[in-house]
Amino acid sequence: MTKRNIGALMLALTLAVGVTGCKKKAPAPPPPPKPVAVAPAPPPPRPSITFSAEPTTVERGQCATLRWNAANATEVNITPGVGKVAGSGTQRVCPTATTTYTAKADGPGGSDSATATVNVTAPPPPPPPPPPVATISLSDLLAQQLQDAPFDFDKSEIREDARNILTRDSEALKGIFRDKYPNATVNVEGHCDERGSAEYNLGLGDRRATAAKEFLVQLGVAGDKLKTVSFGKERPTCTEANEACYQKNRRAHFSAGQ
Amino acid sequence: MNKTILAPFLLLLAAFQAPSQQSDILVKLTGGQVPVIAITDMRGSGDAQTHMGVFNRTLFDEIDNSGMLKIAPKSMYPLSVPQRPQDFGARGVVMGDWAKPPVAANYLAFGYTAIQDGRLVLFGFLFDVKQPDVANAQVIGKLYFGDPTAAGARQVAQEFAADILARFGVKSLAGSKIYFVRQMGRDSKEIWQMDYDGSNQRPVTQYGPGYTSFMPSVSKDNTKLAFTQLSQKNPAVILHSLETNRKLPFVNPQASVNASPDFTPDGQNLIFSSSLGAGFANLFIAGIDGSGIRRLTSVRAVETEPKVNPKTGAEVIFTSGRSGPPQLYKMSIDGTGIERLTSGEGDAVNPSWHPEGQLISFAWTRGFEPGNFNIFVMDVTKKAYIQLTHGVGRNENPTWAPDGRHLVFCSNRSGSPQIYTMLADGTQVKRLTSVGSNTMPVWSK
Repeated sequence: MTKRNIGALMLALTLAVGVTGCKKKAPAPPPPPKPVAVAPAPPPPRPSITFSAEPTTVERGQCATLRWNAANATEVNITPGVGKVAGSGTQRVCPTATTTYTAKADGPGGSDSATATVNVTAPPPPPPPPPPVATISLSDLLAQQLQDAPFDFDKSEIREDARNILTRDSEALKGIFRDKYPNATVNVEGHCDERGSAEYNLGLGDRRATAAKEFLVQLGVAGDKLKTVSFGKERPTCTEANEACYQKNRRAHFSAGQ
Repeated sequence: MNKTILAPFLLLLAAFQAPSQQSDILVKLTGGQVPVIAITDMRGSGDAQTHMGVFNRTLFDEIDNSGMLKIAPKSMYPLSVPQRPQDFGARGVVMGDWAKPPVAANYLAFGYTAIQDGRLVLFGFLFDVKQPDVANAQVIGKLYFGDPTAAGARQVAQEFAADILARFGVKSLAGSKIYFVRQMGRDSKEIWQMDYDGSNQRPVTQYGPGYTSFMPSVSKDNTKLAFTQLSQKNPAVILHSLETNRKLPFVNPQASVNASPDFTPDGQNLIFSSSLGAGFANLFIAGIDGSGIRRLTSVRAVETEPKVNPKTGAEVIFTSGRSGPPQLYKMSIDGTGIERLTSGEGDAVNPSWHPEGQLISFAWTRGFEPGNFNIFVMDVTKKAYIQLTHGVGRNENPTWAPDGRHLVFCSNRSGSPQIYTMLADGTQVKRLTSVGSNTMPVWSK
C-alpha cells in the first residue's frame, strides 16, 4: 500500500517538471526564403474562328450546313438559334428566311467572331394550272367531232360506211381523251327505227352500241372510257315515217357520260 | 257450258291455215247456235231516268262485246214493251211476240229503275221467251243497287249483264283492269291503269320526265307489277307492289340491258332478258328479288319477251333473232327443247298466253312491210294460226283478257297509238283510249 502512494507522487512530480521545461525552450521562426527570380509567362493567345455556310443560298424549306473552326477558344457560340458548340464542327440549319449567323469564339486571350449568311429564296411557284383547255363542253365536242354510225334494219353489223365513220370517230375520241377530257367517259348509245317492236329494239340497240364500242376499242380507244347504253326506239332523232328518217334513227350515237 | 268457250277455237284452229278456213272459224264462233237476245231500252221512274242513257248503252255493249249472244235489232221489237213480269198479258204485251219473227229472240232482257232511299235500284229480268208459259219463263229476276249517278248506272248495268252472260258460260270481265303505257312527254312514259271498258284511267307509276317506264307485266295474283325502265342509265327491271304502289327490291344483274320481265304463275320468279355475260340479250330467270339468277338461253342473238305458260308454268314462249329477224320460239322453263313457232317470214313479236295455256296471240308483219304488224292467234301445239287484223294501221302487243275470249291490243289505225279490245275472232273492236299515245296493254283479273 505504501509503495503505490510513493509511485503516484513521483509520476505527478515528473509530469509537473516536464511541462514547465518545454515552454521555456521555443525557438524564433526562420525568415521567409528570398523569392527566386524567374522569366515572366507570355500572355495567352487571342482566339480566332473561321465560319462558313454551305451552300450560301437555299430554297425555302431546304437546309444548309454551317461549318466552323475555332482556335484558342474555350467556348464557341453560334447565334441565332444554335448556341454553344464545340470548337470546330458542322451544324445543319434550315432557316425559313435569310439569316446571318454569328459564330463567336471566346478564350482567355479575348474573343473573335465571324458571320455567315444563308440566303433563303422562295421556291419557284407551282407550275401554273394548265390553261383552261375546255371552254367547250364534252357534249359540244362530241357533237362537233363525232358522227353517228348507221345500221341496217334489224341488223347490228358494222357496215362499210360505218367502218369509215367509226374510224374517224376513233381518232376524234382518242384526241378528246388525250387533250381535253382525260377523265371523261363517253356513252355509246344504240338506237333503232320505229318499225321493229319496242321490246326487241331494246336488245337490238344494245347490240349496236356494243358492236360500235368493240370496233372503236379495236382501233385503240380505251374501252373503259366507253359505256354502252340502249335506248331502243324510245329516243328517236326524227319521227317521220320514211326511210331517210328511219336511217337517221338506226344509229350508234355518242353522248357525254358521267 | 264453260267448256264450249275454248272448244270452238281449238276446232277451227286445228283445221285452218288456208284463208277460206278462217270464215269457218267465224261461223263456229258467232253463227248457228248462238242464242238471240232482245234487250229493251229500259226506263227509270222520276230522277232515275237521268241515267238511263248510260245504263242502256252499257248493258247493250256488255252483251254485244261478249260475242256469246246475238242481239236482235231493236227496230224489230214489238211496240208494247214489258217493264215487269206482270205486264205480260196486260197492255197488249205478249211474250210470244218476242219469240216469233221478226224478233225471233230466245231471250228477253227487260226491267226498270227507280231511286229508293238515295240508291239507284234496277229491277232486272231475263225471260226465256220460247217457253209456252210465262210462269215458267223467268231465268233472272233480281234487284241491283248502285249510286244514283252515271257511274252507278254503269255499274248496275254491268252487274246485270254479267248475270245474263253467266247463264251462257261467259266469265264477266267486270272488275278486271287493263294496265298500259302512256306517253307523258318526249322522254317520259308511265304505267297507267284503267277499267276493262276504258273508264277510270289513272297513273300507276309517276317517275316524271326522263324516265321511260314500259313493258308492264302483272303477277297472276294481281299484287305485283314488273316493268322495264329507261333513264340515262341502262334499261333495268323495276318491281312495284300494286297493294302499296311502292317500289319493291329487285337486284338487276350487272348488264347493259335488263328488260321485259314476266312473272311465273306462282309469283315466285321473274323471267327476263339480260345481256349479262356474253353481250347479247338472252333469257334468264331469277327470284322475285333478283337473287339466284340462272341463264336459260345462250346464243349470239337478241332474245326477249319471255312469257311463262300461266296454266302449267312449264313452257316459255319468247322472241328471238337466232334465225335472223325476230321470230317466236317456245322452250321448257329450264331452257331445253327450243322450237320455232313462226315461219321465219317478217317480224313475229309480242307473244302472249291464253289463260288456258294452249293458244297464244302475237304480232306479225308476215305479208306486210316492216313495221306493219297485225294480230294473230296460234295454237302452240299445232302451230296453226289465224290472222285477226288485216293491215288497219300498226297492230301490236295483243294480250288476253281473263275470260280467254277477248284481246286487248294497241293500234295506230286512228293516227295515234291507242288501246283497243276485240273478241278473239277479230270482231267487236272497241277503242278504250283517246288521249295522247297509249301502248303495251296487259289485262289482269
